[in-house]
Amino acid sequence: MFKVTIDNQSIEVEPGTTILQAARKIGGEIVPPAMCYHSELKNSGGKCRTCMVKVVQGSANDPRPIPKLVASCRTEVMDGMVVENITSPQVVDARKAVVEFLLLNHPLDCPVCDQAGECDLQNLSYEHGTNATRFEEEKRTYDKVDIGNLIQFHPNRCILCYRCIYAADQLTDNRVHGVLYRGEKSEISTFIHQAIENDFSGNIIDVCPVGALTDKTFRFKNRVWFLKPMDAHRNCPTCSGKVTLWYRGDEVYRVTGRKDVYGEVHDFICNECRFEKKNSNDWTIEGPRTVAPYSVINQNHYKKVVIPSVINPLKETME
Amino acid sequence: MIPNSKNKIVLTKRSKVVSNKTMTWIERLYLPAIFQGMAITLSHFFKKEVTIQYPEVQRPVSDIYRGLHVLKRDDQGRERCTACGLCALSCPAEAITMIAAERKEDEMHLYREEKYASLYEINMLRCIFCGNCETACPKEAIFLTERFVPSQTKRDKFIYGKDVLVEPKDAPIDISKRQTPEVLAFKKDKTQSHNK
Repeated sequence: MFKVTIDNQSIEVEPGTTILQAARKIGGEIVPPAMCYHSELKNSGGKCRTCMVKVVQGSANDPRPIPKLVASCRTEVMDGMVVENITSPQVVDARKAVVEFLLLNHPLDCPVCDQAGECDLQNLSYEHGTNATRFEEEKRTYDKVDIGNLIQFHPNRCILCYRCIYAADQLTDNRVHGVLYRGEKSEISTFIHQAIENDFSGNIIDVCPVGALTDKTFRFKNRVWFLKPMDAHRNCPTCSGKVTLWYRGDEVYRVTGRKDVYGEVHDFICNECRFEKKNSNDWTIEGPRTVAPYSVINQNHYKKVVIPSVINPLKETME
Repeated sequence: MIPNSKNKIVLTKRSKVVSNKTMTWIERLYLPAIFQGMAITLSHFFKKEVTIQYPEVQRPVSDIYRGLHVLKRDDQGRERCTACGLCALSCPAEAITMIAAERKEDEMHLYREEKYASLYEINMLRCIFCGNCETACPKEAIFLTERFVPSQTKRDKFIYGKDVLVEPKDAPIDISKRQTPEVLAFKKDKTQSHNK
């Protein structure tokens, strides 16, 4: 076991663990944010540079620091490694710059975008970015691409994280989309206009950290913060059947996979569950889903607060 | 017989003992009481008026008075509202309801963005005129004006739809009064991307 120290907190992890995974084992504020890394997708990570950390001591045997900031999702830990994340001003500065770069060509059409409210880029720029832009040039725009009846694709919003490509490679048989061209001209596309039709293709919606890939059956139907997420499952022959249903009143507006605190889905679901089963009777409801307290989805949802009897000893008498 | 108040428990200082005393002959005439009342009424003719003749005369309101909402159009007469739902989210009284729709090809001149509000309702009975919707609006679409919400005889008349809220194309509604110099400076700031 390797001992690694991240922001003065130590943990022992297996050799081969990355710094990001070790930080996630510790948990809390010290976990670097990640846009392109997805724990369920092999080879993902190393694209967006938001998870950069500073290694101040390479290992116990060789205590020299790594001269540049490293991407924590791709760097494996060494025994005795000392890492600084939020305690290093250099990392905080670099992350602010990365957010600025990611937002250079991002259209910031959050009022129109269906992802708003559960968008990783929104959270990232809110926590690590600045509130104004220095970019005065025209933003890069692409022509609209139609990729089928189920998934809406907005190439302008894409940050080229490659997550959807890994998802299509690893979950489905035939990948029909990819990144075309190079450098600043790179874009995700199907090249020959072709619909993405596969039983598991809907998962590229869930893995997309921004609003580039959204659910066409939910397009402009409602804002996520007006919906109430409920955990539910069904006996699905093709997938795990573990989903989140998004309710307004008694109506299911959309079905998604269950995202964890890092916005990652671990049980991928099939297109039948996602797009066709929008009826409460199809599902066994498990209960309301807990949403992070700072999330906008929690707004205006009131919860009953249980007052401990130590604070209010008269509670029973009062009732 | 008049009960002796000293033997009773007095709960307030203003409590009065009710008497069933029969009125005298003068009192039964009522004329002194009537003239006394008329004198009070007459004295008010010579005092300063406290009422105004609404709606012909209107009380002056503060520059930043928050009254009836307006949904603005842009320079080209297109609706600015994109149904993002932030006004409804920020509304503490939950008075705002909206349904979004996608703009069609032939509606480019009607709506500014890809998405627009096909239904936008404010329940004026719920609204507390706090102005949070105006603050929350990222598109500078909704503003509060110095206009009043008129009285109605039916409760459902108070649910204002887009027919009332959206400003008419030929008669734009002036909202400059409520916009302070700080707000105007912010709106001119081109580093804020929503101004482009």
